[in-house]
Parts: sequence; structure tokens; C-alpha cells
Amino acid sequence: MADPIISVKHLVKIYKMGDFEVHALRGISLEINPREFVAIMGASGSGKSTFMNIVGCLDIPTSGEYLLDGIDISKMDRDELARLRNKKLGFVFQSFNLLSRTTALENVELPLLYSNSRSAAQRREKAMEALNAVGLADRAGHYSNQLSGGQQQRVAIARSLVNDPVVILADEPTGNLDTRTSVEVMEIFQKLNERGITVVLVTHELDIARFAGKNVLFKDGKISRIAMVEDRKIASEELPKIPVLEDEMES
Amino acid sequence: MNILNIIKISYRSLGRNKLRSFLTMLGIIIGVAAVIAMLAIGQGASNAVKQQIAGLGTNMLIVFPFASTQGGVHFQAGTTSRLTQSDATAIQEQCPAVEYVTPIVRVVTQVIAGTQNWRTIVFGAYPNYEEIRNWPVQSGSYFTDSDERDAAKVCLLGQTVAENLFGAGTVPIGETIQIRNLPFKIIGVLAPKGQNANGDDQDDIVVAPFSTVQQKLAGTIYANAIFASAISSSAVSTASDEITQLLRDRHKLTSGAPNDFTVRTQTEIASTADATTKTMTLLLASIAGISLIVGGIGIMNIMLVSVTERTREIGIRMAVGARGSDVLTQFLIEALSLSFAGGIIGIVLGVLSSQFVSNIQKWPIVISPESIVLAFIFAAAIGIFFGWYPARKAANLNPIEALRYE
Repeated sequence: MADPIISVKHLVKIYKMGDFEVHALRGISLEINPREFVAIMGASGSGKSTFMNIVGCLDIPTSGEYLLDGIDISKMDRDELARLRNKKLGFVFQSFNLLSRTTALENVELPLLYSNSRSAAQRREKAMEALNAVGLADRAGHYSNQLSGGQQQRVAIARSLVNDPVVILADEPTGNLDTRTSVEVMEIFQKLNERGITVVLVTHELDIARFAGKNVLFKDGKISRIAMVEDRKIASEELPKIPVLEDEMES
Repeated sequence: MNILNIIKISYRSLGRNKLRSFLTMLGIIIGVAAVIAMLAIGQGASNAVKQQIAGLGTNMLIVFPFASTQGGVHFQAGTTSRLTQSDATAIQEQCPAVEYVTPIVRVVTQVIAGTQNWRTIVFGAYPNYEEIRNWPVQSGSYFTDSDERDAAKVCLLGQTVAENLFGAGTVPIGETIQIRNLPFKIIGVLAPKGQNANGDDQDDIVVAPFSTVQQKLAGTIYANAIFASAISSSAVSTASDEITQLLRDRHKLTSGAPNDFTVRTQTEIASTADATTKTMTLLLASIAGISLIVGGIGIMNIMLVSVTERTREIGIRMAVGARGSDVLTQFLIEALSLSFAGGIIGIVLGVLSSQFVSNIQKWPIVISPESIVLAFIFAAAIGIFFGWYPARKAANLNPIEALRYE
């Protein structure tokens, strides 16, 4: 078996709030392998967001070891972390986090602007490719405020894809979406996963977690359970079962 | 990270907020335009003041035929005047810092026109008295070199004399007046000059050719004084030294002997004029400087608001791989572009508005290239100075908190 993409050992994160300390993570050890689709679950305050921040190289652990694609990030400074986020990671957020008054294409291009290698034409081509992968090539010129929530999230997914990351980290990607759109988004994640991209997803919705291949449950800063999903749902099969809102109203 | 990409990012983000960008620029535009216009108008004004003061005759030197006083003691008291017409000629020929020279002979006497009479000073001078005193005629014309050669009985009246002999408002050109029983034809009336520094009425004067007054009224071979003008106001002291040396040589004074004449200049007026001009320039520069600083604070203000408002955007950029230095550069370039663009628009506006003022007010303006360069450099410096702090603040944001910012 290949080396894990994400490997954390005894991860501890302590926030200091004035005089007292908040133990957000109390020793997390977890390995995520290439091509896995992992859903991290847990109640609010269980430490799953802190875990995602560290895995996403937005924060560094108080102690413990974290290897991302074989690279130890615990000793890195801000700039090195930024480069790592740019090269290895893709983010999808609950609130989409697209730049306002900016076209879909420019939003997708954004990570490429912060990495040196490509010309303007190559950037454009790469961004169109990513938009194509989420089925929004025809909306490339639309501004982010002209897109629906689901479309915005798909643009965000395209943006997370564009730099060919080793893993896509999605923090409650369906939190702001209705049921049907949520499943559409999960369909895209499943497709990307089939193409070989590793996906780590944070959610508190059991339904959504069942689209993943493996569920990890956080409780009080520790992992309380890791389980393979037995009756995994396939989004493309689920979609026809969900009635479109309009149809439901008419019937 | 490629600097071209950052420039592109900055411009996109400025373009996304055109109104905000414009309002930010407005401070710099007004500041720079104010600097350009103030300096242009101020410089024009100070040039006009300089010209007016030069009109008072600050280039003028007067040689009196008396010894200096030292410690209250008059040297060679009672010695007679020995300044001559040939001294004046020698000064004209041998002093390079001197432009015009005329010997002066003065007679205080009664002048009579019909039934009116008036006691005044009759000045005998060369026609270049006009240039030396910077004193043109109001009507008529000056006498000529041939009048001087022929000792013609022609004269110019000062305003006061003309009014007292002929009444205000009349132009007595062509009339004749009697001076010591000799008829003098009036060929011009001098422009009004007002009081001098001592409070004497300078318009209470009659001017006639030197030879006429010397031979027919005063009956002397000497001159009462020599008036001269230096080639420029800065050459006055050089001219004074040259005249002193020349006259000492001509009067055969030994090296220890005191001068038997005095050279007076009007350097006080000149230095006052200089100080006035400097004060005025300083005043204008400080007003303009304040408006630029206010503009700069405007930029900082908007940039700070913009950092707060765009906290989430900064978080997104950091999440997709922007380093602190990338964000810093982006915000600095935004601030700099705003102040550059504002600077250019401000220069155009400043030039146009000062030209407008000059057309409306008939006020002379001087737009110096230095003031344009100065204003532009100042605008750029303000962009960097006031852009730095907000940019620094943006670069130091924590990406997690920035992403969570509502």
C-alpha cells in the first residue's frame, strides 16, 4: 500500500485564552491514504474544525507530528505553510468564500496567480478545465453574485482542484445548501474521488457522511470511532429519488 | 511569486471597487492639484511683487559728494562738492556692473505758470533718468539726448507740480512755465510715484535736461549727485565697490584718506523684498503640504477600512497560498497606484485650475517643472508611507480568523 497522504500522530492543540487553556485536540492519530474519501464527524466543539485547520496547514499543532505527503509541517513558518497550501491542498468552505465582484473564471484562477509557473494563457486553460470538471464551463464569465449557492460551491470546488492538489479539504461544504444541491455537490466529490483525488470532508450531517468511504467520529478532542461506511450512498443514484422542489409543489 | 501577477491582482481588486478607488484618489488629487496651483499662483504673485519692488528702483545707487561721518565727526567738513559730469561719464565707461548713469544738479526755486506759482525742486538729469528711477511719463514724452546736447529749455512736471500749477485733471503739455525768468516748455507729465521711504512727496518735482539746469539755472560746473543703476539687483554691491574705487582714483585720494563722497544703495528694500517673497513661498508651501498630508491620511483611512472590509478576501487569498509578503505587496501596490493615478490627475487639474485663475483674475502664474516633480514625488511618498501600515496589517492577519470573519 502507498504511503499515507496525511499522517498525524498524537496531535495536540491547546489554545490559551487568557489564564486558562482550551484543549481543542487531545492526541489525535490518524492516517489518510491516497484515493480515500473520509468524512470527519462530530458535534460542535469536538475539535474537528481545529483538526481541519491543522491538516489544512492554516495552523500548527502545539505538539505531535503531522506529515503531509511525507513532509513534516510542524516546524514550518508562515510562508512555507502558504506555499504548501498552494501546491498540495484545495479548500472548500461552508460559505463558499468566493471573491465578490469577480468572475467564476477569475476565482478559479486565483491559486494559479499565487504560484509562479504558468503563463496567462495556461492559467486560463487550466481554470477552464477545472470549471469543466464541475460542469460550469458555460458560467465562466458570470460574477460570483450571479450564481446560485450550488453553483458557487461548484466554482469553489473547481478552485480547489485547479492546482492539482494531493487532497481536497472540505469544511461543511453542504452546510448552506438544500438537500438536492447538497447531493449534487457530493456527486461531484464522488466523481473527483473516482478520478483518484483524496477528499477529506467535515460534516455533522449523517446523510452526507454516508457518501464518504470512511467515517471518523470526533468527541472532546479525541477520535472516538473510525468506521468504513457499509451502505455507502452513490450520489448519482440518489439524485433521481429526490424530487425537484417545483415538481413537489405541483403534485 | 511573480510581481506581475500581484500587479494584476491589485488592479483587478481596484477595478472591482471603482467608486471607492476614486474617492480614495480624490484626497491625493485635491492635494496635488492644490500644491501645483498654490505654487503656480504663489510664484506668479511673488514674481509680480519682485517686479513691483524692482520698479521702486532697488537697483539704484546714489553718489553724494560728502564725506562719511564716523563716530559723529564729519571728516573734511565744509569742503565743497567735487563731483563732476566727467565723473559720471567715467562711471558709465569703466564700471561694468553699472547700467545707466546720470549726473544730477538740483535747484530749489519758484516755478510760475500764468498767475499760479509753486516752490519745488528742479532736477537736471540725462534722459536715462527714466530708466534709473524706473519712472515713465504718464503723458507726453521724455526729453532726448539732443535736448541734453542743446541745453533745450524743456521740462517734465511731477504730478504734484502739475496739479498745483494747472489744476487736477488737465494735461498741460505744450504750455510754458517760468523758472527763474526763463521759459520752459512742458513736454510731459511724470507718472505718479507717491511718497518715498522718508515720507517726502516724490511727485513734487520738475525734471529738465542736465545741461540746461546746470548752465542756465544753477550756474555751476559741478554736479550735486550722481544717480546710477546696477545691471541687476544682485549686482548693486559690486557696482557700489566699483564706483567707490573709481572715484577714489579719480579724486586722487591716498589709501588712508577717507572718501570725499558717499555711495548709497537701497539694499534694505531689496532684502525686505526677498524676505517677503520667502515668507510667502513658505506660507503657500505649508498650506499645500497640509492638504497633501490630509490626502494621504484619506488614503490610509480608506485602506484601513478596506483591510477590515476585505478581511475575508485576505483569508481566502491566504488559504489558496498567498504569503504575507504577497498580501503586503498587493495592498502597497493598490495604495501606490491610487496615489500615482491621483498624482497625475492632480497635476493636470492643478495646471488647468491655475490657468483658469490666471485667465479670470489676470493674475500672472508660473508653473515650474520643479513643482510638478515635487508634488508627484510627494504623492508617491505619501502612498508608500500611508499605505504601509494597512498593508502590514493585512499581511499579518491570521488566515483562520480572517476566513471566519463576518
